[in-house]
Amino acid sequence: MTLLVQAAQARLPSADEPSCYSRLVNDWVCGDYLTDRRSEIVDATVQHIGITVVAVVLGLLIAFPLALLARRLPRLESAILAVTTGIYTVPSLALFPLLVPFTGLTATTVVIGLALYALTILVRSLLEGLRSVPDEVRESATGLGYGRGGLLMRIELPLALPVVMAGLRVATVSTVALTTVGSLVAYGGLGNLIKDGVLTNFRAELFTASVLCVLLAVILDALLVLAQRVLTPWTRGVRT
Amino acid sequence: MTVFSDMWAYLSDPANWSGSDGIAALLGQQLLLTFTALLMAMALGLPLALWLGHLGRGGFAAINISNIGRAVPTFALLALLVVAPWPGTDSFGPYGRAGLATLIALTLFALPPIITNAYVAMREVAPDVREAARGMGMTGRQQFWQVELPLGLPLVVSGLRLALVQVWATATIAALVAGPGLGQIITDGFFRSNYGKGIAGAVVVAAVALVLELLAAMAQRAVDPTRRTGATATPGGGHDDALSVTGATVESSAEPVG
Repeated sequence: MTLLVQAAQARLPSADEPSCYSRLVNDWVCGDYLTDRRSEIVDATVQHIGITVVAVVLGLLIAFPLALLARRLPRLESAILAVTTGIYTVPSLALFPLLVPFTGLTATTVVIGLALYALTILVRSLLEGLRSVPDEVRESATGLGYGRGGLLMRIELPLALPVVMAGLRVATVSTVALTTVGSLVAYGGLGNLIKDGVLTNFRAELFTASVLCVLLAVILDALLVLAQRVLTPWTRGVRT
Repeated sequence: MTVFSDMWAYLSDPANWSGSDGIAALLGQQLLLTFTALLMAMALGLPLALWLGHLGRGGFAAINISNIGRAVPTFALLALLVVAPWPGTDSFGPYGRAGLATLIALTLFALPPIITNAYVAMREVAPDVREAARGMGMTGRQQFWQVELPLGLPLVVSGLRLALVQVWATATIAALVAGPGLGQIITDGFFRSNYGKGIAGAVVVAAVALVLELLAAMAQRAVDPTRRTGATATPGGGHDDALSVTGATVESSAEPVG
């Protein structure tokens, strides 16, 4: 009888055994962490996606007129390229503090910084893409009566799309990775979890956030590839 | 903007430059780390990439290495290396645990641009040039040393240039995991709400990054064989530009800086 009770007691404590993310165990991979801290992880991921998407879209919105301007005025082109490359040389950990006096410790700081980096890649790929349109095509379009705007929107941009999308993919994947550095101003998405994981030696948090970062980059990249396939049906089969 | 006057005050005070955690010492640390990592990456990556490029094999792997490298956040890799129980030592030279983690992370991050550019450089040597070399009776070794390497050198150096600036930038991030280097000034200033100091650190890092970039660009121009003979000059463009996203290099270059 007593033996049975003892056996039952021996089995019971397993319910409040230290979970795999407690200080004693500190596993790298831990399912309990995922379930227990779900809302925290989801919040960080949503913030990460939000910052990345806004930054890339902002970068694209600025890059587009800049590229058109650079194309129209060749003298400005080297200046625009030099300035954007200069920005790219500035390390992100240095760029964010430089922006803080203007934008404060907000998500705006991170978004602007990342948009500046994305801008560099996007301006270049837009210019390369537009340059890749054959002159004959442009001439035929003009012959068919296309004006400047129509030529750009309906002929040049669609043909430039493959190169532009390649640039967009590079910019997006880089931005996902760079967003983590935003944890310096407390808006780093999954970077916040990574930073916390280092400071508190919390392996499950650190590992989960790192893996999610890479996953996010891969998923966004795949989505862009998919978008490109949908947007440029004519390139399928005739791979150039 | 009082932060900027704070920044100037910090930068112009000689006391902040000297000492074991002064700007000069940290700058030295970061330069040492940067160049050690770059040399290690060169020793590891260059021979392999050049050889594969010479043979014309393994291109798929070379290109994909850089794509994977881009998706892994530097910060995450550094953090994992610092917290992980391996690589063993708690002290490595003067920098401690975070120093070794930084060195490993920096070396890994220098590899993709070096490997892809070296590979592409070998592949982009014009086929007729290669054929002419073979027609002159050159052996594979002679072809490599006398034709392919000199012609491909600007692109190889462009990869080194990209890696150098990138490693310098990444070395700053080491401070987020209590590593060595100038990033310490930035994070220290930040976490103690001494923004002037943080921005001072950022200015020094950015200035050195630009200097390194300019020096590397000069080195790149110096090794360009087509420039020496004055045959072609491609201002502000062409395939030798490390950041351009075009044809063969669409997937290969343009790594995030830190």
